[in-house]
Order: sequence, then structure tokens, then C-alpha cells
Amino acid sequence: MATQRIVSTTINGTEKSLLCEPRQTLLEVLRDNLNMTGTKEGCSNGNCGACTVLLNGDPVTSCLVLAVECEGTEIETIEGIATKDGLTPVQNAFLENAALQCGICTPGFIMSTKALLKQNPNPTEEEIRFYLAGNLCRCTGYDKIVGAVQDAAQRQCGAGCTSDA
Amino acid sequence: MRNFEYESPESLEGAIQFLSASQAKPLAGGTDLIDHLRTGRVVANVVVDIKKIPELNVLEINDSGLRLGAAVSCMKICQHEGIREQYPSLTDACTIIGGIQIQSRASVGGNLCNSGAAADSTPALIALGGVCVIAGPDGTREVPVEEFCTGPSENILKQGELLTEIRFPLPQGKSSSHYRRFIPRFEMDIAVVGVGASVSLDDAGEQITAARVALGAVAAKPFLAEKVDEFLVGQAPTEEVFTQAGEIARGLISPIDDHRGTAEFRTHVTGVLVRRVLTEAAQRAAAK
Repeated sequence: MATQRIVSTTINGTEKSLLCEPRQTLLEVLRDNLNMTGTKEGCSNGNCGACTVLLNGDPVTSCLVLAVECEGTEIETIEGIATKDGLTPVQNAFLENAALQCGICTPGFIMSTKALLKQNPNPTEEEIRFYLAGNLCRCTGYDKIVGAVQDAAQRQCGAGCTSDA
Repeated sequence: MRNFEYESPESLEGAIQFLSASQAKPLAGGTDLIDHLRTGRVVANVVVDIKKIPELNVLEINDSGLRLGAAVSCMKICQHEGIREQYPSLTDACTIIGGIQIQSRASVGGNLCNSGAAADSTPALIALGGVCVIAGPDGTREVPVEEFCTGPSENILKQGELLTEIRFPLPQGKSSSHYRRFIPRFEMDIAVVGVGASVSLDDAGEQITAARVALGAVAAKPFLAEKVDEFLVGQAPTEEVFTQAGEIARGLISPIDDHRGTAEFRTHVTGVLVRRVLTEAAQRAAAK
């Protein structure tokens, strides 16, 4: 058995040291070691985007990141999205536009949407579809998700285009 | 996933030492390696994370051209204005490799070392005249990108060797490039045919002075279509000439039949894509 490693990271704003084996993916450590099951496992090979988290602000599929690589990084997961005041505009837009059915893909979509709107606060439909191509949904047919992202952009821009997802 | 040791050296020498051990695998973005380790396609005793080595993170354009560190992510390349301006085929390729999550992590160096026949960035690197810088226990050597891959998932790297960077000459005068692929979907797919091309025109923009056309997914490895390049030099950048270039390219390929397309279809698409990619590259060059 390979040596276990202590990895120091910041997860959703809180400093965390975790013990893991080199072979463990970030997805596995989040779900199985830290019981943060909001991040979903879909394909486990980087195709579906269900396990998307933000690593130093960039969206990554956590099934294709080793937890040991995360030393010194900042990780944001779906558990870190809502605030103590409730859901954020992106979450509300997904709910109110019925942009989810079974919900397995939703945490990944929310994380990718947060990254998209940070980079591009008012994206076109084409830009949304291109950016979210790495997130698969087998229920909605995507139209409602694209609509929700446009709505979320509107809500955030309404608040001055500066509020956080 | 079978267990392994993890090392993250901060120097090239350290990396070469770790990589000289048996079943040691370098890790950059991990988008191929971690999946291969999980499925057992690749077995490693030690995974050597190379992202902390300064030489592998170089990304600069200077008087002699572009230096692209082997571990630089596609996202960093896509965001680089100088690359978009001077080496646009590289931007074209990196924008369509996987989705945004893959682009955050995957490196062009890793794409090359994975040595897939349909790798999107490789034809762009070949078209741009890229040269691989390879460090190893016996020193450093340089190899043109078109000589790096030797077959599907195979390349010239020996045990202990590491691709450190890819260097590109500075485009001169009216020169530009383009990469495009055909896929059945709009995004997130593997190329059925991929074409990279760079074109240089004379000052009047009326004659082609140099061209490099590289083809992907239509042979055991991406390759430089030298006969197309030779044909193009001295010609005018017209649709007729680019159609003829496509005809020549069709004769140079050895495509396979698979679920993405038949050999016949790939042959047809090669002709069409070569024409379109050359047209776009020439238009970009003319605008310089």
C-alpha cells in the first residue's frame, strides 16, 4: 500500500487537511472521505461533467483530479454555493425555470454556470451552449437549462453584474 | 484504482530521476492518464506530477518565437492574446479539445505525449513548425513535432525522458494558420478528420510563399502532408488551388473504417476540410 498523504486545501472557504491515498480522485475524497455527497459521480471518465467543482476558480471534472494534486489549492463545491441567506440567483433560476428533472447533473451545471457567469456575465445562447458542452443532462433536453442560465445572468446583472453566483 | 506512489518534483533533474524508474508515469492535466490508470490500460508504480517544474510552465513569445511549456493548460493557451494573434491554429485546437473542464486541466504537451491518431492539437503544432524539446538522463534533444509520434499511442520518448516544451518559429510577414476538424456533434467529440494548416503569402498577398498542411485521424499518426505543401508554393491563394490541394491530400491518407466514419467518408471529408482550412488560413494571412 502506498503511503497515505496529508493534503492541505481550502474547501468552500474553510481550511481543511485531509488524509488520502495517491490513487484517490478528488471526487472520491469529497464523497467518501469528507461525506460531501453534493458532488455527483456520473461517468468517472471526464465526459459527463456531473462531478464538476471549481479548482482555483476553474471548472474541472473532479473524477480526473487526484486529491494529492490539490495541495495548496482552493476548491469550491455545490455545498459552498448557497449562503446563509438562502439560495443564490443561479440556484433560484434553475428551480424556477424547471431546469432539472432527476437532478444528478444539476450540481455540475450550477458549478459550470458560476464559472461561466464570472467570466462572461451576459453570455449569448451560443456561448452558454458551448461553455456547458462538458455537462451532460439526459432529462431536460438542455433548453430549460440554457433558459435558466440566461435568467440567472439577468438576475445577477439586475443586481449590478457584480454579485456572486 | 490500483495504488501508486505520488511525487511532485520542482526541478527537471528531479523529474528525470523519478521517471527513470520502471513504470513511472508523468502527470500533467491527467485527463488521459487518470482515466487510463482507473481502467487499468496504464499501470504505474509511481505517478510524477510535473506541474511544479518551472520549465514546463513556460508560456512566452519572444524574438525567436513561441515557447510553450509541456504542462501549460489549454485554457491558458486559449486566453493568451499573443497566441491568438500569431499562432491562431493553436487557439483553434485548444478551444475545441473536450469541454471547459477538460481545457482547465489538459495540456497540449500531454495531448502530444498521449499520441492519439486523432489528437486535435497535434496537426496544429505540426502546421506551425513546432519542435519538441525533450530532456532525459543523457541530456536534451530536439525533434520536430511530426517526428514525435510513431503510431497509435506510441512516440519516441525513452524511459526517463520528458517532453519539456514545444518551440515555434515567429511567423514572418503575411502568415497565419487555422485548425478545424469534422465531428458528428457540435462539440465534445473525437475528430473524424482534423486539418491544421499554416500559409505564408508574398507582400502583395497574391502568391503562396510557404505552406504546411498537417492531417489528423486519417492515418496511424498525425502527419505533415509534404506533397500538398510542395504543390502550394508559388501558387495563387484561390479556391481552385485549394481544391486541388485537397485532391492531393486525399491521396496521402490511409484512413480506417470505424463507428465515426468509413474510410470512404474520411477521404471525402479530407478533401473538403483541406480546402476550407487553407482558405481560412490564407484569408487570415492576407489580413496581416
